[in-house]
Amino acid sequence: MRQQSMYFKARIGEKLADVRLQANLKTAKGKFVDMRAQAVRDYNETGDFEALRDAGQAIRDRVVENLDTWLELFEQNATARGATVLWAKNGKEICDLVVGIAKQHAVTKAIKSKSMLSEEADLNHALEAAGVQPVETDLGEYILQIAGNEPPSHIIAPVMHKSLDEVADLFAKTHRTPRKTEIPELTREAREVLREHFVSAEMGISGGNFLIAESGTVALVTNEGNGRMVTTLPKVHVVITGVEKIVPTLEDFSTLMRLLPRSATGQVISNYVSLLTGRKGATDPDGPAHMVFILVDNGRVGLLGSEFQSMLRCIRCGACMNHCPVYQTIGGHAYGWVYPGPMGSVLTPLFTGLENALDLPHASTLCNQCGVVCPVKIPLPDLLRTLREEQTAQGLRPLVERFALTVWAWLARQPALYALATKIGVRYLHWLAGGRDRIAALGLAPGWTAGRDFPAPQGKTFRELYAARQGDFNTAAKGK
Amino acid sequence: MRVALFVTCLVDLMRPSVGFASIKLLEAAGCQVIVPERQTCCGQPAFNAGDRVAAAALARKTIAEFEGYDYVVAPSGSCADQMKNGYPGLFAEDESWRGRAERLAGQVYELTDFLANVLKVDCVPGEFAGSVTYHDSCTGLRRLGIKAQPRTLLSKVRGLLVKEMPASEECCGFGGAFSVKFGDVSAAIAGKKCANVQMAGADVLVGGDLGCLMNIEGKLRRMGDETTQVLHVAEVLAGVKP
Repeated sequence: MRQQSMYFKARIGEKLADVRLQANLKTAKGKFVDMRAQAVRDYNETGDFEALRDAGQAIRDRVVENLDTWLELFEQNATARGATVLWAKNGKEICDLVVGIAKQHAVTKAIKSKSMLSEEADLNHALEAAGVQPVETDLGEYILQIAGNEPPSHIIAPVMHKSLDEVADLFAKTHRTPRKTEIPELTREAREVLREHFVSAEMGISGGNFLIAESGTVALVTNEGNGRMVTTLPKVHVVITGVEKIVPTLEDFSTLMRLLPRSATGQVISNYVSLLTGRKGATDPDGPAHMVFILVDNGRVGLLGSEFQSMLRCIRCGACMNHCPVYQTIGGHAYGWVYPGPMGSVLTPLFTGLENALDLPHASTLCNQCGVVCPVKIPLPDLLRTLREEQTAQGLRPLVERFALTVWAWLARQPALYALATKIGVRYLHWLAGGRDRIAALGLAPGWTAGRDFPAPQGKTFRELYAARQGDFNTAAKGK
Repeated sequence: MRVALFVTCLVDLMRPSVGFASIKLLEAAGCQVIVPERQTCCGQPAFNAGDRVAAAALARKTIAEFEGYDYVVAPSGSCADQMKNGYPGLFAEDESWRGRAERLAGQVYELTDFLANVLKVDCVPGEFAGSVTYHDSCTGLRRLGIKAQPRTLLSKVRGLLVKEMPASEECCGFGGAFSVKFGDVSAAIAGKKCANVQMAGADVLVGGDLGCLMNIEGKLRRMGDETTQVLHVAEVLAGVKP
């Protein structure tokens, strides 16, 4: 995907002013946040969701700490079941491999279920350039595709920035059908259109929520059922996932499945959970004749052993963005790459270069709601702060900011001078307020006063008042 | 019991009454309160800006000034957390300072946490005829577990009624430098907080961190709300007028 993270700050204004987006964000927040909270309450009636998060973290850490071993085991077991395992270092290698497979099997149309790796690699463009028609079959992704290949604005609800009206218009225009306004009518229309593609495509491309090492299985967690069509109807099934998506055993998978749907949508379990192992066997009635795994690095392996290793625990549930006050206020597009919200603000600079996403690690109040809801306990605010430290260490912060911080930090270590500076500062602010209890425009911090007032200081510093009070005490004591 | 008060730089600059209210509360509960006079800032702004060097320098200064008391108390969850959970990590490779940071960490408390859980106070000096709604500041809530403490204490103020607002645990949008770097997003988040504050229909918004309170008060006033008062929990508990 063409990256626009560098324009984060510039795009905020339009997002705040977008009435439709703001309405959609409000609805989505209500749904995601309330439904997760309810799911956790329900779980806690008989279980302990905190203990479950600990277990989830432990499983993910066990994998990440010995990733090479688990990957080899997965490769062995997947190969033993007739699948092919390929490796891609970056987006270009993903595209080359997929296009190569398509050519090998004379594919003219590829149906896709949701895959964020495909977004990382900009796979659809590569397929089109190679003469293969990609068709997104996840309803949200399909809407984005027919809307002129818009990027997703959420990792599990890619089209949450669009309203029903927009989709109704889009369907009428694209499908050349009478405009429909009821959701069931619209989804029915999408099903009818997509059905033709399901039966005619020669290749299916899916992501993978988990790869199970002990059995060589890919697990797909979906709500629409399109994933099953994509992975079973065409003669070739290509799975594209990050190398970190491994879990050791089916038992571990079941633990993570207690966490994933509850954290993502508040569901106890998603509508569909598919476990796909190997290509169609001699006695199987259906399934793909060829199954290929493309396991992708694209920046992940570099995080091993680094202070960002815990980020590889991520199971892509979206809870961090659903609960993020910043995401809730501007939506996903402003983040400018594949992954928005707190996890995106960590992954984008790590995967695409710190200098390409300078604002993202700072676009957080560090409120830690993301850390609290993360099903695998990734310390997201700490990682964002560490990225800020990396920016400083690499000299990527603006000079004015560096200068101001350095002067302030020096001053704060000279108590006498600091006392004088604050004494003057507080009088200046008091004068600015002009007898009122607030300052409407602050030259030094226009960012603050553009959208709110700045409460005026009381007039003197605590230090001055306290010294005066102690002085009075001392005088009184001497007088006695 | 010798308690050192960490005033916090915002209280020093903007709202000294919070510092005096804290002293009054601690003294009423029988503490000997010391205000180390060379104190300035805990260094959190540098820490959160990604300047580890400056953060560690200010941490060393603060540790040196505040070690040796029985307890260190701050009228802010955010500053208390910096001293408690931020400092030790700054000295990963410096054993001697790490030891001093860890010892201090064990003595640092946010004010309401200290009053409720260490001193276990039964009565507070304040009186208040009216209703308040409490905003849970993020760092205090999610890093230090400050939730029941201020409410328990507020319930001991004669005449005071607590009215809960919807989503009291949601961030107000302050976030330190975030409020200036991303002023428009920050103010928009503050707007949602203010709508919830107004839903509570209380006379006063109360909180434990001055940064959040200034953010919310500034937004309330800009929205035209001239009636909802904004007070620090120490001021209400101590009966100290700003």
